[in-house]
Formats: sequence, structure tokens, C-alpha cells
Amino acid sequence: MYFKPAFILVVIALAIAPFVGLGAYPMHLVITALLWSFIYTAWSLMGRLGLVSFGHGAFVGIGAYTVVLGWNLIGWSPWLTAPIAIVLALLLAAVVGWPCFRFGIIGHYFAIVTLALAEVVRLVIIALRDSTGGTLGITPKPPPADASALWTLQFADRRVWFFIVLGCWLLGLAVWRWVDQSMQRRALDAIAEDEEAAASLGIDVARSKLAITLLSAGLTCLGGVLYALYQRYINPETVSGLSLSLQIVFGVIAGGMGVALGPTVGAILLLALSEGLRFVMGGDVHGIDRLVYGALLILFIIYMPRGLMGTALHRFARARS
Amino acid sequence: MAAIFDIYFLEALLNGVLFGGLLALLSVGLNLVFGVVEVVWICYAELIMCVMYCVWWLYTQAHWPLAAALGAGLLCGIALGVLLHQLIIRPVLGAPHINQLLATGGVLFFLQALAGAVFGIDYHNLGIQLPSLPVGEMQFSAARLLSFMVALTAIFGTWLFLRRSYLGTAIRAISQDHAVMPLLGVDPSRIYVLTSALGGLLVGLAGCLLVFQYDVHPAIGLTFGPLIFLICVLGGLGNLLGGMAAAFLFAQFISLGGFFLQVEWGHVMAFVFFILVMFWRPRGLFAKLG
Repeated sequence: MYFKPAFILVVIALAIAPFVGLGAYPMHLVITALLWSFIYTAWSLMGRLGLVSFGHGAFVGIGAYTVVLGWNLIGWSPWLTAPIAIVLALLLAAVVGWPCFRFGIIGHYFAIVTLALAEVVRLVIIALRDSTGGTLGITPKPPPADASALWTLQFADRRVWFFIVLGCWLLGLAVWRWVDQSMQRRALDAIAEDEEAAASLGIDVARSKLAITLLSAGLTCLGGVLYALYQRYINPETVSGLSLSLQIVFGVIAGGMGVALGPTVGAILLLALSEGLRFVMGGDVHGIDRLVYGALLILFIIYMPRGLMGTALHRFARARS
Repeated sequence: MAAIFDIYFLEALLNGVLFGGLLALLSVGLNLVFGVVEVVWICYAELIMCVMYCVWWLYTQAHWPLAAALGAGLLCGIALGVLLHQLIIRPVLGAPHINQLLATGGVLFFLQALAGAVFGIDYHNLGIQLPSLPVGEMQFSAARLLSFMVALTAIFGTWLFLRRSYLGTAIRAISQDHAVMPLLGVDPSRIYVLTSALGGLLVGLAGCLLVFQYDVHPAIGLTFGPLIFLICVLGGLGNLLGGMAAAFLFAQFISLGGFFLQVEWGHVMAFVFFILVMFWRPRGLFAKLG
């Protein structure tokens, strides 16, 4: 792999960047990019194997709202509520995923079932408006003065977040690689190619799919937890629902679904788009970035279905051979 | 006390039936396009939103007569259906199904953002308040009654067109076998465009009916979109009658859920019901076996 040294250099550069005067705003951008890269990478675990989910907003939402509500209502530390959130996300993924996989709900049907899932989590958040603040969103209460930041996980210093998120991003990539090299992946590739043929070879289709779905849902939920704690403000639109789910899908498609760093490239592209548009057009860009997202998504699907990173690697490989 | 309770309950029940007619109309267009072109228009509800904006703008801003604005809304729907097919669907017809879904997902994003950029995020309505009709002690909105009747007529008209006309026969033939019909001299690309236009007409009709009952705003598609997809899947994608039955079922969940709790809980209950049905009939309640 020719990219390995370059990748290690980038990680080292990222790791020392906060100590050599990376400003607050660039640091915020890097944290945001890495956080979404992590979530996108988690989604792509499923997406690249033919399980295109439009429902990952549900898992982000469960993670974000469970920790914030746990803290605000009963004062539990995210250390306690984050595992609960992940268990909830896994349960939901299993309850929805199992019948889908058991009974061969694939392609369109699977995408639409998951789409509904994302919307339902959003609606539940809105319906519980007495606790969740409904569409207005919610902010975690500031911790009491004597509480340790290690307990509340509310750090004043951005650098702490920087390293947490950097660690998670590396974890996401490691999981991606681990899955990529596992036997399971070959099984899932075969399933994506032809489900019945795979089953006839003795692959347990439903179990293989469920395993990867649970992995993806759990990591996505962890991403939601981190997002809520870092951003300190969440609302149903930003952490759940169809729009977020589609944004995740778009990010991965744009970056490249079949490559490890594709989702990361996609997240950087999306962030660069929205920040760049804000820079060019001033503050009032509400919606313009999504206008561009939508148009780009269509163009990518039609003209570059491998995504930026996938196309680049493909060209590179062809040029060498 | 019990009598009052019952009369309100009955009112919610009947309102659910009226709402079901509207949902049935919404699902017919999507089902028709899926049945023939085998592409799910994820942006279906956003197309309806465009028609609503079109009617609203022509009537309140350009001061067209209402009938003309509604007629233009229908034409707008047809144009949107054909444009969507020619510009977006046609280039990806040979691509994996999921790419087609994603491309129309891009259209959803695009239209939603476009509506926000052009018309702002405010809620707009025609400013026409249709009266509500008292039946005994119950109240029914005339707009809902009207849309129920128009919806049923339109669904019947679509059915008649598919069953009785030459073109309808060609559409049904293509939907039954995509490979053989071209050999027999049916040009599938023309049938696809025709079906998209018909789907667009149903979009236009739905938009014209919805604009009387709901304020139009950029996120209105998200209110109806997921609901329409669930109904179509529950009825069996591509199955017009199944979609209708599922629409009436879902409307009851929402109406009665709203009556006993809140509308959001009605949606949630409908979804839970949907998941349970998927365990039992994974291809939808009314999917053909085999």
C-alpha cells in the first residue's frame, strides 16, 4: 500500500497540530470533519455491501438524545448513559433489521423501511416535547462547579475533544479495515452479488447481515453521543430524520463507498462546501449548501458513482497497470 | 359523557376515512411509476410541494383565477414528472436500483432547498377557507370531503385508463414483462415517459387538493413523503389496490392516534404496525405470492 506512509504522516500532523497554534475555528472544523467522517465510515460498513440504509439518522438521534436527557433529567454521566444509548440503538437495529434480513427485504424495500425508521425516531423526539424540547432542541445543562470534567464529559478545552474525536475516527477506520479483511466481508460480498446463490453455498445470509448492521448502528450511535457532547446543542433535525440520513448517504457516495478513506473525503467535501459557501455568500446561506448538495448528489450518481476517492484510486490503479 | 365521547370518536374515525382517500391518491402515483419503470421516486412528496407552490404563487401573487391556477398546477405536475424521468431517471436506468433511489434522493434535497431559497421558510396558504359541514353533532371540513371525492374519482379514472385503453394495456404489459414486450414492438422508453407523465398528473392533482388543506412550506414533503412510502410498501410496491387498502389503514392509525394521544404518536403507532406486518408479510400485506 503506497498510501500508508502518507496516511501516518497525516495522522502525526493532526496529532501535533493543536500544540503548534491551530486556531479555534480551524480546530472546530477539523473536529467536525473527523466526527462526521467517523459516522460516515460507520454507515459505509453497511452501504458498501449493498445494505443502503436511509435510517442512520435514527441511531445518531438515539445516541445524542439519550446522553443529553440522561444528564438533564436524572443527572447521569455520559459514561453511564452512552452504553445505554448504544444498547438501545442495537436493539432497534436488531428489531428492524432481523425481519428485513430473515425475509429477504433488499434493495428498494430495505431502503424504504429504514427511511421510515429515521422519521419515526424524529417523530418520537418531537412527540416527547415535554422532556426533549420538541423541535426547539435541547442543550445539556452546565455541570455543577465541583464536578469533574472526566465525569460529566463536558470539556472546556477543545483540544480534549480533538483527541477524543481523532481517536474515534482512527477506531472507525480500524473497524472498516478489520471488516474489509474478514471472512464475513467475503460472505457479505457474495450476498450483495446474489443472495440466493450465497445462501446455497451455506452462508447464513440473515446472520451475516445482522452482524454488520449491529456494528454499524453501534458506531453511528457513539458518533451521535459525541456530537451531542461536543456541540452542546441538538434538535430533531440535526441529529435524526430523513434529511440527516440522506446527508450521510450523500457524503459517502461523494467520497467513495468502497474505499477506506472515501467517507472521510466525503465529510471534508461536505464541510468545505457549507463553510465555503458561507464564506463566499456571507451569513445568509440557509439552504443554499443543501441546494448544492442535492445537485452534486445527482451528478455524482449519474457521472461518478464510485465517488471522488474511488475514482481517483481506480484511475491510479489503471495508470500503474 | 359516553355519548359525547362516542360522537367525537366517530368523527375521528370518519375523518380518518376522508384522509385515507387522500393518502390513497398520493400512493397511486408512486405505485404506478414503480410498477412500470421500477424506480421509486423518493422525491415524490417534494414534487407535490412544487405543485402546491405553483398554485399558491399563481393565485395569490400573480392573481390568476383559481381555476387557471389549478389547471397550471396539473400541467406543472406533468412537466415535473416528465422532466424527472428524462433528466434524472433515464441516465441511471441501467444502473443498480439503489443508484436510482439515491439520484431521486438528490432531487429531494435539491427541491427542498430550492423552495427554501426562493420562497423562504414561511408557511403560505391560499387564504381560501372552505366551510365545514355539520353532520349531526359532527363537523367535517368541506375541503377534506371534496378531496376525498376527487381522489376516489381520480383513482377510478386511473384504473379505467389502465384496464380499458390501448395505452393502458401497453403500460400493464410492460410492467408484467420488461424483456419480452420490446420484442413485440412496444417501445419501453415511450411507455416510461407516458407513465411518468401520468404519475406527474397524479402529483399535480394531489398538490391541487393538498393546497386547500395544508399550508405549503419547504419541509411539507417530509410530512407526507415517508408516509407515502410506508403505505406503498405495506400494500406491496407496484400494487395499486394494496396501496389503497394500506392508505385507509394508515389514515385510521393517524386519525385515531391523534384523537387518543397526539398526531406524532399516531405516526409512530402506524410505523410499529408496519414493522409487525413486515415480520408476517415481508413483501407487504397484499403482495402477490411467489
